[in-house]
Parts: sequence; C-alpha cells; structure tokens
Amino acid sequence: MSIELLGITILWLFLLGYVIVASIDFGAGFFALYGKWTGTGEIVNQVIQRYLSPVWEVTNVFLIFFVVGIVGFFPDTAYYYGTALLVPASIALVLLAIRGSFYAFDHYGKTNTVFLFLYGFTGLLIPASLATVLTISIGGFVEKQGNNVVLLMGKLFASPYSWSVVFLALVSVLFISASFLTYYANRAQDKQAEELLRTWAVFWSFPTIFASFLVFLSLRNHNLEFFNNMLDVSWLFILSFAFFLCAVSLLIRKKSYGLAFIFVMLQFASAFFGYGIGHMPYLLYPYVTIYSGVNNPIMAEALVWAFVGGLCLLVPSLYLLMRLFLFNAGYVQGRK
Amino acid sequence: MQDTLLWSRILTSLTLGFHIIFATIGVGVPVMIMIAEWLGIRRNDPHYMLLARRWSRGFTVTVAVGVVTGTCIGLQLSLLWPSFMQIAGQVIALPLFMETFAFFFEAIFLGIYLYTWDRFKNRWLHWAFIIPVVIGSSASAFFITTVNAFMNAPQGFTLENGVITHIEPLKAMFNPATPTKVSHVLSSAFMTSAAILAAVTAWLILRGRRTEYYKKALRLTVLWTFVFGVGTALIGDLSGKYLAEYQPEKLAAAEWHFETKEHADLLVGGVLDEKNQQVKGALPLPGMLSFLAHSDFNAKVTGLNEFPKDVWPPLFVHYLFDLMVGVGVYAVAISLLFLVIRIWNKSQEWNSWLLRLIVLGGPLSVIGIELGWMFAEIGRQPWILRGYMRTSQGVTTSSDVGAMLILFALLYLVLGVVCIYVLLRMTKKNPPEAEMQKRGITL
Ligand code: HDD
Ligand code: HEM
Ligand code: HEM
Repeated sequence: MSIELLGITILWLFLLGYVIVASIDFGAGFFALYGKWTGTGEIVNQVIQRYLSPVWEVTNVFLIFFVVGIVGFFPDTAYYYGTALLVPASIALVLLAIRGSFYAFDHYGKTNTVFLFLYGFTGLLIPASLATVLTISIGGFVEKQGNNVVLLMGKLFASPYSWSVVFLALVSVLFISASFLTYYANRAQDKQAEELLRTWAVFWSFPTIFASFLVFLSLRNHNLEFFNNMLDVSWLFILSFAFFLCAVSLLIRKKSYGLAFIFVMLQFASAFFGYGIGHMPYLLYPYVTIYSGVNNPIMAEALVWAFVGGLCLLVPSLYLLMRLFLFNAGYVQGRK
Repeated sequence: MQDTLLWSRILTSLTLGFHIIFATIGVGVPVMIMIAEWLGIRRNDPHYMLLARRWSRGFTVTVAVGVVTGTCIGLQLSLLWPSFMQIAGQVIALPLFMETFAFFFEAIFLGIYLYTWDRFKNRWLHWAFIIPVVIGSSASAFFITTVNAFMNAPQGFTLENGVITHIEPLKAMFNPATPTKVSHVLSSAFMTSAAILAAVTAWLILRGRRTEYYKKALRLTVLWTFVFGVGTALIGDLSGKYLAEYQPEKLAAAEWHFETKEHADLLVGGVLDEKNQQVKGALPLPGMLSFLAHSDFNAKVTGLNEFPKDVWPPLFVHYLFDLMVGVGVYAVAISLLFLVIRIWNKSQEWNSWLLRLIVLGGPLSVIGIELGWMFAEIGRQPWILRGYMRTSQGVTTSSDVGAMLILFALLYLVLGVVCIYVLLRMTKKNPPEAEMQKRGITL
C-alpha cells in the first residue's frame, strides 16, 4: 500500500468513526427534544443523558482529527476546499459551536428549554451541512476561475443529487442513533424507553435504505466514473444491504439489540468504504487527487508514525472510558 | 483584495482572542484542581475537596466554549489562509496532528474525572484521573505553540522556486522560538488561572462570605498566583533574549530602539515622534534593554534602522509590550503583598482594599494574555512566516470574509454572554454553603 493510500484509509476510518459517534450524539439530542415536545420526555431523556454526558466531547475530536489530518497529508485540499468553502463551512462551524456549547450549558449549568431546543435542532442541521461537503467532492460544483476557486451555489441547490445526500444524512442519523439507544435502554433495563426507541429505529430504517438507493442512482447522472468504480465493488454494497436486513430483522423480532447495532455499524462501514473506493484517487474531482497533494513522503511518514503512537495511547483510554460508563451495568442502570 | 486581507486578519484575531481566554483556563485550571484535591486528600480536609469539586464543575462549562471556539480556529486557518496552510501544512502538520491526540486524551480523562467522584474507595485513584487531563491540556498547548513558534522562526525545510524540499518535521517543530514560547505560554496560563480563581474568591469574601472555606481558597490561589507569576516574569526575560537573537526587529520595535548601541535603555511608556525617531515622556531604565536582550547591562542591542523599512512591525507594539509586563509586575506585587501581610499582620488579611486589588488581578491577567499575543503576532508583521511568506500572500481570495466576520462576532457575543450567565446561575443556585451542609462539612 502506498503511503498516500494508507493516509487516506486512516482518515476515512476516522471519518466513519465520526459519522457513527456523531450520529448517535446528534440523534440523541433530537430525540430528547422530540420527547420533551410530545411529553414522552422523561422516559427517553434519562437514558439519553446518561449516555451523552461523559462522551460528548470525544465526538468533536473525531472531526478535528479528520480536518487536521487531511490538511496535513494532502495540503492541496486546504487550498481548494479552504477557498471554496468559506461560507458553507463557516455556517457549519457556527452550528457546531451552538450545538456543543449549549449542550454543555444545558447539561452542566442550568436546564433550559431554549438551550435544549438549540442543541436538539442544530444536531440535525449539522449532518446535512457536513454531508454537502461530500457532495461537492464528486466534482461539478467547484470551479477554478483564474486564481480563484468558487463554489457554484446555485447549481448545488438545484441538484437532486445534493438533496438526496442531505436526505440520506438526516435519516441515517436518526436510524443509527435510535438503534444504539435501543440497545442502551435495554442495558439500562428501562422497558418503556426501550420499546419507544425500538419503534423509532424500525421506523427510520426504511427511509434510510430508500435514501441510499436514491443517492446511488442519482450519482450515475452526476459522475459516471465514480458510479462505475462503485459498480466494480458492488459486493460491498450487497454486503451492506445484507447487514441492514440482519439488523432490521433483529430489531423487529426484539432480539439481541447489541448485535443489531453491530450490524448497523457494519452496514454503514461497508457502504462507506464502497463509496470511498469509488472516489479514488480523487479528493476533489478533477482538481485534487491523493497523489497531487503529497509531494513529500517524509511528512506523510511522520504523520503515520504519530498516528501509531497516538493510537497506543488512545485505545487503552477509550477502553477504560467504555468500561466505566457505556458498558458498566451499574452506571447504565443509574446505580452509580 | 485589500479588504479581504483586513477582514481576515480581524476575524483571525477575534477567534483567537476569544479562544485564548478559554484555552488559558483550560490549561491552568486543571493544575489548580489537581493541587486542591491533592491537599484535600493529603490533609483529609473536606474544604479543599469541595474546592476541587466546584472548580471542576465550572470548568466543564468553560471547556465547552474552548472546544467549540478551538474547532472554529482549526477550520478557519484553512478557510482564511489557504495558501499559507498549503505551504506550511507540508512542514508543520506534525504538531497540529499530534495536538488532536492530546485533546482526545484530555477529553477522555476529563469525562472520567467528572463522573467518578465518590466512585472509588481509594481517593487517590480519583485524583490520579486529573493527571492525564493536566498532561493532555498542557501537551495541546505545547503542540499548538510550536506551530506559532514555527511561524516566528521557520526552519526544517528548503524553499526553491516555490517548491518545498528537504523537510525535517522535528527540526521544524523544535525551532529556536519553541523553548521560550512554550514555557512562557504555559506559565502565563497557570498564573492567569490562579489569578482568576483568586479574584472570584476575593470577590465572594468582599460580599460577606467569610468562612474557613473561603480563607483557604484565597490563600491557596494567591500563593500560586505568586509562584507562577514569578515564573512567568523569569521566562519572559528569556523570551526577550530569544527575540534579541532571532527576531531583533520585533524587540527593537517594542522598545523604539532605532540605533544599534551598547548599554541600551529600556523605555517605559512615552510618545513617539516617528519622523525624527524621538521619544518623549518615557521613563528610561538605564541599561535594562541590554540586560533583557543579553543578560549584560553593557551589551550591544541591534536597532530598527538596520532593517529595511518595509519589514518593520507596527511601532505601537511598544505599548502592548509595556502593558503586558505591567500586568506581570502587578500580579507578582499584589500576591506578594498578600503573602507578606498574612505572615506579618494577620489581622489585615481581610483588608477590603487588598481584596479589591486581588479582584482586579483576575481580569488584568486575562488582558495580559491578550496583550502578549497581540504583541507577539502583530510584532511578527508583515510576515505570516517570517522571512518566507508575507501575510498578504497567505490570505484567501474569497470575497465573503466581511460577512463571516459579522456572523462569528455575533456567535462569540452570544457564547460569551450565555457562558457568564450560566456560570453565575450555577453558583447562585448551589452556593458552597448549601453544598457543605448537604455533604455534612463544617463551615
Ligand atoms: C498574563 C500573561 C503574561 C505576563 C504577565 C507576561 N507575559 Fe509575556 N507573553 C504572554 C503573556 C504574559 C503570552 C500571551 O503568553 C505571550 C504571547 C506569545 C507568547 O509566546 O507568549 C507573551 C510574549 C512575550 C514576548 C514575545 C515572545 C515572542 O514573540 O516570541 C516577550 C519578549 C515577553 N512576553 C516578555 C515578557 C516579560 C519580560 C514579562 C515580565 C513580566 C512578561 N512577558 C509577562
Ligand atoms: C497555529 C498557530 C497560529 C497560527 C497559524 C496563527 C496565524 C495567524 C494569522 C494568519 C494571523 C493574521 C495575520 C495578522 O493579522 O497578524 C494571526 C494574527 C493573530 N494571531 Fe496568530 N496564529 C497562531 C497562533 C496564535 C495563538 C495561539 C494566538 C493566541 C491567541 C494568536 C493570536 C493572534 C492575534 C491576536 C492576531 C492578530 C494580530 C493582528 O491583528 O495583526 N495566534 N495569527
Ligand atoms: C497557545 C494558545 C492555545 C492554547 C493554550 C490552546 C489550548 C486549547 C485547549 C485547552 C482547548 C480545549 C480542549 C479541551 O479541553 O478538550 C483547546 C481547544 C481547541 N484548540 Fe486551542 N489552544 C491555543 C490556540 C489554538 C490555536 C492557535 C488553534 C488553531 C490551530 C487551536 C485549536 C484548537 C482546537 C481545534 C480545539 C478544539 C479541540 C476539540 O475539539 O477538543 N488552539 N485549545
């Protein structure tokens, strides 16, 4: 494997990590809001609060890691995306800032319905705006005009592909989140919450798979090269669909929610990598490839070593965090 | 084009200037928490334990703002300075990348620390969880500051015809500016955090809270303000020696020192007549500039006239420098005064004027941090990468920066106001007295 490919694989893995962890986080915020609205609050909220509290900060770091990593490995991306995305990325940043800080204000400081509303609602807008970056990367929406790189906003908003990606992002967030929280409620032996969340998970599963097909099909009109690349690895998407069926059947039959959530993760992982492979070698079609950026293998090597060292530190710490909170029966059930 | 540059500079300073307040607290307060809990366990004193507990609760709120504003600056560097990041990213990506690991590490253990009070039989075990937080936050400050040091003293690469070759990531990271810069940033963050906590305590005492708990808190925080303040001043002196050697134009601009000469005076305050290079009304400290630059009252100090005029930093940095040093002198003097009074004349420990001066020290230290950074960054102008790239060459070509500036200014306004409101509500709704009663601690 070349160093470039290794770099992008690591980063892609982290982005996948962000997608999963952040989906749980964003979705949970939305469910908390929804619960409050409809009066089902008490049940769900307790489960959600116990999960979110110790882990929320970790989520954000996944994103930072990806951004810093991609600029480090492929400095050209900083130039192209940086110039083109000033406005949309700034808006996403403001949303992220509101979401993170108001979550903390609400939770550690002072419970307040406005705060809850702010973080619950922004949690849905963020995935939509971040997903748009993936849309842009397939090309056609960014143009180099002389010395400037511009984003063709009008085209972006008029594109059905772009909207199908946004739709997919939204429903995936709710699906991933509900299936995790079902498992968590089950561990917490909170029957009522479990049942409610399970219904949600099943409810959101079908829009998710529908949206995936939609994106897949509309990509064909947009970038045939990527579409054909993806057909070459169609086994990954078939696998993904199989994982999806396993997850949903478990959820419907009210069985092994833990396993069901693992299937959900596998479903997303295989589709995510299928999409990623289809994308190679472009980081921004047709301007930036993974090879055009790295003209200095020395830095890429240093980064890979730093990454290995960092993992040696992080994996045991994350394990400890999970042992103490997520998978500690006493904590989950509220006894600690 | 010119406007884009101006807006980008203002937006960058705004974000950094806002972030740095929370970053400073994020680096310094865990150290104070660590000290307080250590004392609490060591002396089996519930007051110190409560201090650590309450500080850490407020800390979570400031950390949240630190994290989100840090995320903003992390992305804005690429958004506003794409050409700079494209070049610099090749050389200095390593510490930026490692910084995220430090955050990760800190975030994980902060979560554990906050939610495991009273969970372990052995209290030292809980204390041990704050140590990775201290290491993580100091490490992230270390890594990010090496990036800034690199902008001041770039090395570890060769630039030929716009192409960068011969990259040595470690050499770039450990450049000549790194030792003084990192240690000065860390010590000033420790000092500022101690001073802020002292100010809050003194303010509460002024408002009539006079139990043993507050007394202990005040003594602890003022003592550490003093210790870290002295450290900051000593390291600041070393920073001057670094400047004299590697960025003499910055030091000369800070001191309005135009002609190279021996036995140079340090000027305090004053007004500059730029045309004639004459300074009026300044207080000269004979030979002190030579000492600051080379540890020798008679050493020769390079003057600004040795440099072409188009690489002179703006000359108003003189005031920024003086005020920063003034803050340091103030913090050390007031905390020393308190310590001396405590030993010599205990009855004056609660003297309301002394308390007021301590309250003032909190905001002043934060201003000191801001001034220090403004001095360091503006004093680097016109360079974004000293000697290699001018700030005007690094900036984005986008024309929407002005609008983004307004957007972010609003965001920081909201975050700042709500953060203060939430912190106030937290203490009001759950004052230490109520908590002591609940936990059965004598007042
Ligand atoms: C409360 C904070 C505070 C206080 C009391 C001081 N400083 Fe400072 N100073 C900083 C906070 C700071 C800073 C924010 O941390 C800076 C900005 C950039 C940096 O490296 O550190 C800084 C930069 C800085 C620089 C420029 C370094 C460079 O550009 O590389 C010098 C020469 C000094 N300081 C010297 C001093 C001296 C002689 C002090 C004597 C009391 C002093 N500082 C007190
Ligand atoms: C990764 C490290 C850093 C980078 C890449 C960076 C980059 C920049 C850039 C590009 C500018 C605009 C040029 C200018 O107007 O001077 C700037 C200005 C500024 N930066 Fe830094 N900086 C870094 C670290 C810091 C830190 C840690 C602070 C502390 C808060 C800081 C404070 C400022 C301030 C106050 C300005 C405004 C100066 C002015 O108005 O001219 N910088 N920085
Ligand atoms: C010396 C100046 C700085 C110090 C001491 C500092 C320190 C910190 C601290 C303590 C946090 C909170 C992290 C946490 O508690 O988890 C933070 C957040 C952050 N800082 Fe700064 N910072 C400085 C300047 C900068 C600059 C110049 C950048 C831009 C490159 C930056 C990027 C970030 C980012 C991206 C975060 C968010 C990390 C997360 O999501 O957890 N910082 N910083």
